[in-house]
Amino acid sequence: MIPANFEYHRAGSVDEALSLLDQPDVYAKVLSGGHSLIPALKLRLNQPGALVDIARIAELRYIRQDGNSIAIGSTSTHKDIANSALLAQHIAMLPEAAGLIGDPQVRNVGTIGGSIAHADPAADWPGVLLAADAEIVLRSKAGSRTLAAQDFFLGFYSTALQEGEIVTEIRVPIPAAGTKSTYQKFMQPASRFAIVGCAAVVQVSDGTCSMVRVAFNGVADACFRDVNVENALIGKAATAENIAAAAAQAAQGVSILSDHYAAEDYRKHLAVVYAKRALTVVAG
Amino acid sequence: MTYIGQSVKRVEDKRFTTGKGKYTDDIKLVGMTHAHIVRSPYAHAIIKSIDIDTALAHPGVVAIFTGKDIAAAGINGVPAGWQVNFKDGTTMKEPPHPLLVADRVKHVGDGIAVIIAEDLATARDAADLIEIDYEVLPCVTNPAEAVKAGAPQVHDNAPNNICFDWELGNPKAEVDAAIAASHHVTRLDLVNQRMAPNAIEPRSAIGHYDDSKDKFTLYTTSQNPHLTRLLMCAFVLGIPEHKVQVVAPDVGGGFGSKIFHYIEEALVIWASKQIGRPIKWTSTRSEAFLTDAHGRDHVTTAEMGFDKEGKVTALRVSTFANLGAYLSTFAPAVPTYLHGTLLQGLYTTPKIHVDVTAVFTHTNAVDAYRGAGRPEATYLLERLMDTAALEMGMDPAELRFKNFIPAFDGVTQPGYQTQVALQYDSGNYEPVLERGLEMVGYENFRKEQAEARKNGKLLGIGFSTYIEACGIAPSAVVGALGARAGLYESAQVRVQPTGKVSVFTGSHSHGQGHETTFAQVVADRLGIAMEDIDIVHGDSDSVAFGMGTYGSRSLAVGGSAIVKSIDKVLEKGAKIAAHKLEAAEEDLEYAGGRWTVKGTDKSIGFGDIALTAYVPHDYPAGLEPGLDFSSFYDPTNFTYPFGCHIAIVEVDAETGKVTLKRFIAVDDVGNVINPMIVDGQIHGGLAQGIGQAMLEGVAYDAEGQLMTGSFMDYAMPRADDLPSFEIDRKVTPCPHNPLGVKGAGEAGCIGSTPAVVNAVMDALTPFGIIKNLEMPMTPQRVWRAMHQK
Repeated sequence: MIPANFEYHRAGSVDEALSLLDQPDVYAKVLSGGHSLIPALKLRLNQPGALVDIARIAELRYIRQDGNSIAIGSTSTHKDIANSALLAQHIAMLPEAAGLIGDPQVRNVGTIGGSIAHADPAADWPGVLLAADAEIVLRSKAGSRTLAAQDFFLGFYSTALQEGEIVTEIRVPIPAAGTKSTYQKFMQPASRFAIVGCAAVVQVSDGTCSMVRVAFNGVADACFRDVNVENALIGKAATAENIAAAAAQAAQGVSILSDHYAAEDYRKHLAVVYAKRALTVVAG
Repeated sequence: MTYIGQSVKRVEDKRFTTGKGKYTDDIKLVGMTHAHIVRSPYAHAIIKSIDIDTALAHPGVVAIFTGKDIAAAGINGVPAGWQVNFKDGTTMKEPPHPLLVADRVKHVGDGIAVIIAEDLATARDAADLIEIDYEVLPCVTNPAEAVKAGAPQVHDNAPNNICFDWELGNPKAEVDAAIAASHHVTRLDLVNQRMAPNAIEPRSAIGHYDDSKDKFTLYTTSQNPHLTRLLMCAFVLGIPEHKVQVVAPDVGGGFGSKIFHYIEEALVIWASKQIGRPIKWTSTRSEAFLTDAHGRDHVTTAEMGFDKEGKVTALRVSTFANLGAYLSTFAPAVPTYLHGTLLQGLYTTPKIHVDVTAVFTHTNAVDAYRGAGRPEATYLLERLMDTAALEMGMDPAELRFKNFIPAFDGVTQPGYQTQVALQYDSGNYEPVLERGLEMVGYENFRKEQAEARKNGKLLGIGFSTYIEACGIAPSAVVGALGARAGLYESAQVRVQPTGKVSVFTGSHSHGQGHETTFAQVVADRLGIAMEDIDIVHGDSDSVAFGMGTYGSRSLAVGGSAIVKSIDKVLEKGAKIAAHKLEAAEEDLEYAGGRWTVKGTDKSIGFGDIALTAYVPHDYPAGLEPGLDFSSFYDPTNFTYPFGCHIAIVEVDAETGKVTLKRFIAVDDVGNVINPMIVDGQIHGGLAQGIGQAMLEGVAYDAEGQLMTGSFMDYAMPRADDLPSFEIDRKVTPCPHNPLGVKGAGEAGCIGSTPAVVNAVMDALTPFGIIKNLEMPMTPQRVWRAMHQK
């Protein structure tokens, strides 16, 4: 459990961090909360030549309203998000999901930017950000770009993040009035990562589900929006029967993960159960 | 002042909670080097070649030793401390367990080379520079598979991978006949899964050879430093014992895993002399999962016969016990004399037969783990009882009342002779179950359960009424059963000239709170303040000898040894007091730290007598100066704590997730010195036993790779997995030790596991009687159990 040798840099600003990342012949990695990276270093699964620690960059740690969105600085900790009154008011599933990550020690240090950059298929933020229709802001020396969450998460531990780029902000659109959101999670008992995590955002107008977004973590090799479930409920009355029928469509046509704690059939069953539970919370 | 029976706060906790505990890894010696062990990534492979040249040339590397060096030095492997014979009388197979393997590795984690460097990072870096060429061979990890024809063989000299077969109880034919004649037979095929002990402090060892004295010092995370010294000196390295000091300083938990003598201890001692510098090795958590001796791992078929009224007629048990690739120190004793002997349980079962086949597999060694054999016995007995109750349509509590052994105190009534060798010391079993039923509100619960079922909620209740054999001893008995060591304890009580007292005990505290409990006993017996007493343990140069701490033995055996020495102190003190008070010894009484001439106000204090003993100017003729006594205490029997554990669970019908709603434990551990510490032991034991039922379990894949090699995959019980425990006690004193104590360290872990599984079985009765619930009862397994055809 001893990492290979590396240089450690603590960046004071985003510009400094970008410069430190841009070193010729050095494989440099961004360190934020470190909850995924440091174990990988200790097991020597990852052996970067340098770490650029961005966790203390003050300009990256904020949660504030910005027009019709809530902007979350990428080094905001899970605890920051769990305790945000602004997010609780507008999109409750973010604080709810944050409170289900790890334990207090993890939440105090782990960051949303680090989590999405790592893109563990069982992590909580990716699916939540898909369902929130969030945008991810990335910066490099060349400038800044903004991607829809859908375009950011590419696959198994894979994102659109390029070398020399840092996640700087997550932008979550403020949903229309009457929209509810939730994150329901079935935890792996040891790691407490999601075996199935279901994020659901539903707007009910006059008893009808006018907008439905459902996304899963843990089920497949990457987070995904479940359009089958969404389409089965959009335009339908928010009844228990309709919710159950829509949930029954969960995780169709995706390649489902299988492991020690949940084989494919059981995981798929849980996806249906958790889609139903999540939709019941927001539309039931 | 009375300390016994008071919840005195633990005196050791000040240093533990303020970060001032001194653990092995905290020790830094001048010139100390650091060791990293290169371990096999394969379960079974031939080492075709090892190239260490590049690693040896790496800057900062001091030395590298491989299995060839160990073999060339003529070093023996680590031995087993217990011998069990085959049924036909031949000796068990005892293949060598070399410190480092030269030819064929036998489990993932087997040691191949030790790299010693100026610092740990360098040693670890150099490991990546060692090139090893393996020829990977097929492996076997399941004990029931390992004995089959054609299974890969772990050792050349253990055909069919069998270490020994063994039986105990009534003649098999009699038991077979009794089972055949039974009105009802309940049969269960059970797996008592393999457990990782996971002490919070990983193992660590520092070897130091001092050539000026030609003496070795080993600092190690041990539950019994003297036994480690004996095994390492006499059996492995051939170093005279008086040339080795073994120190086990503060030790952060063991749960059995730190009883045993491990290869790393002998390695750092031997290698420290080769390089002339101290060497520290500390396990990583990954290594701990791979190499700390695991627990349990039984594959069992158990059958219990009943007559029409529900009286047990017979018990027949057949077990494959997985010992892993090598025999750890006490491994042979666990599935035999600590398991088979407990199969009487609390019941009057007239015919019992147990058959055990101990098996080598390509896995890490299995040895004693909190409870050691007794949880396995309790698990199968108590699973049988609740299952039989369901099958026969009887109430599980009622079935137990029908079968309990009647009360006996072991003083005016004899002990209870079981069918499986042991004689229970004292017992009164009905009250613990009665109290448990009262605490749980049994009748109300059954109503609530029926209501819940109407609403589709799956509530269940499970019982376990257990007994354990603790205070592991006496020597003559364990010797007859194959122990290669005695199982007494030593204690020295040294009264200092000022009347302060140092107590040297061979017990070893690694979390138990001996510095408090033992001091309470000493303070009461001597009538002095606890602050005036120091409990010294864990250093072979201070403590005469010791058999260490495991098997809930410290207070019953180690505490009794202390009492013996205190008695000697008081006996001599009385002689000095009689002289000083000019009275006859028989006219003196001792209370509150003073000898008083009965019926007078003439008295003298303990401190004055202590000073007189060391400044013997006015002193009894012919009496030796000094006030310092040693004793060895070898009890006449084990002790037999017992109790009743009741679990209430709710199962999520959609996901199979089990929530433990309530847990009631009524334990009888004999007399109690410190109720808070006993409660703590019970709570910790319950968490561990419940952890086995619901969360924990070591799993190897088909290639012998550990699938549960970190806390990301091996689920430990956490506070939010557990309800607030409801506990109570009954007291049936032990009749054969001076304190009347039985031991509390393992009770929680022994009783609780089957109660939880039984509760899930009860909750699932709407799906039928589900007998094949495997532990840990993960949601997936429970869901499958509900939906099996």
